[in-house]
Amino acid sequence: MSEHHYQLNFGPQHPSAHGVLRLVLELDGEVVVRADPHIGLLHRGTEKLMEHKTYLQALPYVDRLDYSSMMANEHAFCLAIEKLLQIEVPIRAQYLRVMFDELSRIMNHMLWVGTCALDLGAMTVFLFGARERESIFDILEATCGARMHPNYYRPGGVYRDLADKMPQYQSSLRSASELAKKNANRQGSVLDFIEDFAKQLPARVDDIETLLTDNRIWKQRTVGIGVVPTDQAVALGCTGPMLRASGVAWDLRKKQPYAVYEKLDFDIPVGTGGDCYDRYLVRMEECRQSVRLVLQCVDWLRANPGPVISDDRKIAPPPRAEMKADMEALIHHFKLFTEGFPVPAGEAYAAVEHPKGELGVYLLSDGGNKPFRARLHTPDFVHLSMLAAMAPGHMLSDVVALIGTYDIVFGSVDR
Amino acid sequence: MRPPLSQLKNVLVKMFGGANLTEAFQELTLEVPLAKLSATMRQLRDAADCSFDALADMTGVDYQGFTGRDPSAPRFAVVYHLLSTRHNWRLRVRAFIENEKEPAVPSMVPLWLSANWLERECFDMFGIVFDGHPDLRRILTDYDFTGYPFRKDFPLTGHVEMRYDPEQKKVIYEPVTIEPRDNVPRIVREPHYGDEKPMSLPPAETPR
Repeated sequence: MSEHHYQLNFGPQHPSAHGVLRLVLELDGEVVVRADPHIGLLHRGTEKLMEHKTYLQALPYVDRLDYSSMMANEHAFCLAIEKLLQIEVPIRAQYLRVMFDELSRIMNHMLWVGTCALDLGAMTVFLFGARERESIFDILEATCGARMHPNYYRPGGVYRDLADKMPQYQSSLRSASELAKKNANRQGSVLDFIEDFAKQLPARVDDIETLLTDNRIWKQRTVGIGVVPTDQAVALGCTGPMLRASGVAWDLRKKQPYAVYEKLDFDIPVGTGGDCYDRYLVRMEECRQSVRLVLQCVDWLRANPGPVISDDRKIAPPPRAEMKADMEALIHHFKLFTEGFPVPAGEAYAAVEHPKGELGVYLLSDGGNKPFRARLHTPDFVHLSMLAAMAPGHMLSDVVALIGTYDIVFGSVDR
Repeated sequence: MRPPLSQLKNVLVKMFGGANLTEAFQELTLEVPLAKLSATMRQLRDAADCSFDALADMTGVDYQGFTGRDPSAPRFAVVYHLLSTRHNWRLRVRAFIENEKEPAVPSMVPLWLSANWLERECFDMFGIVFDGHPDLRRILTDYDFTGYPFRKDFPLTGHVEMRYDPEQKKVIYEPVTIEPRDNVPRIVREPHYGDEKPMSLPPAETPR
């Protein structure tokens, strides 16, 4: 280190470190000379823990990886298990999964745009984003009982079907007319609420874009900052919106479709510049495309009732009512929740297009009821590793824009 | 949309022979001796027929205690998941490491920049050394951590726990006090366990 350089510890308790990133920066004046991210402050050893849990017990851990888009994590994990088990997932469960994947994507991008704008000095966007996330939390709560860690996808399908009734606000403090206004879109089923939410969302995304897209300050902070050249993006390990912002039209939902993405109609936004601004534009357009997907799923789900979880009793538990009367069902239930199910020996890698990029789950089974090795490949771990290569030459304040637009969540970087 | 798997299989058989190539669950696995790993990976990346331009994942595996595996077989392996965005196919490459005491593998950073942190993580968790890595340091574990947590002989509870000591007015490390426990034992059933099969009665005893 040169004596003219100044060493700065950025984080781990800095608000724009997005969690617990300790970034050791070497500065020449205000220009970054060297950046060394120190991670692992949130490391919980999830992969090791999973080796000591049955597959069903390991499922809630993946929720806690990227805790801003939980359902997409579960999807990858379930796909890997289903691949090893070679079981069919009912078509209705696949539509439900796609719908919740896309709601996760909206939820993730709303949090991302909010926090990123907050880092770069715009307060309002965070409040707008939090409002939309609140509606999705309500949907999750009505569907599976939990707001943030749903544990909703199960090997073989999803835990249960959507509820017939959307919970309503109740208050002894609000006036009746005020309450009726708040409950106006909660009169029908959960599906009705999702449809209403999805139809309103494009206007809400417009609101956010009005604040940012042509905002002079926002553009000064993001345009031309942190460019990932198209020819290097793949080798650097970019996936998801990071890769697409650099102009590579690569999306696993189109290229290697899983669930029912093949049957649905949507477009893949692609950027040109590969800078922070393009990443913002790509993510905003992805929100609109997610709305299209959600609406198609809502239409299909309304018209096609059916089972939502496999009827293979060795994998999926029997319905509650059946257990009350049938001995066989009771035994299946008991075995599933004490011993778990054995997964044939073998290995499988399943990847999904997570809101942040490619989330891969590699499972190695020796035929036991627990994974022998579970490997979770998270996109933001690789994205953060690019920081050491990209930050030098940028101003200190641009590092904030870089970290912000990488879309990093430490639950998934540290695992 | 996606090219059939047989197409990639043909390419790989032509390049490396079919002996080390296995197919399962629509996925191909290529097993490579460690000595040939670097050359094979370079070939996989550069040959126009495969052009695996992305390293989707890289990880280590500790096979100690793997059911049905010869205990004298190599304990550690590195597993790479390659992706070609040009041909839209994937490949798993595995190399076993014969030297259990000092496992070492050539680094893939010269081929894929994204290998940098993945290899650091593998070094941190399994103690596998990557020859030629530009900056091989621990990454996820605590400063001054000892041991390799993802090895099978490393206990789930770890060796030390941390607490704030009001007398010394600092954070101190002590041996763990919690006892290791597994509420659900690890069970490996015989093949076809739970399959429905016709019930057979024991042979009737013949009167003497």
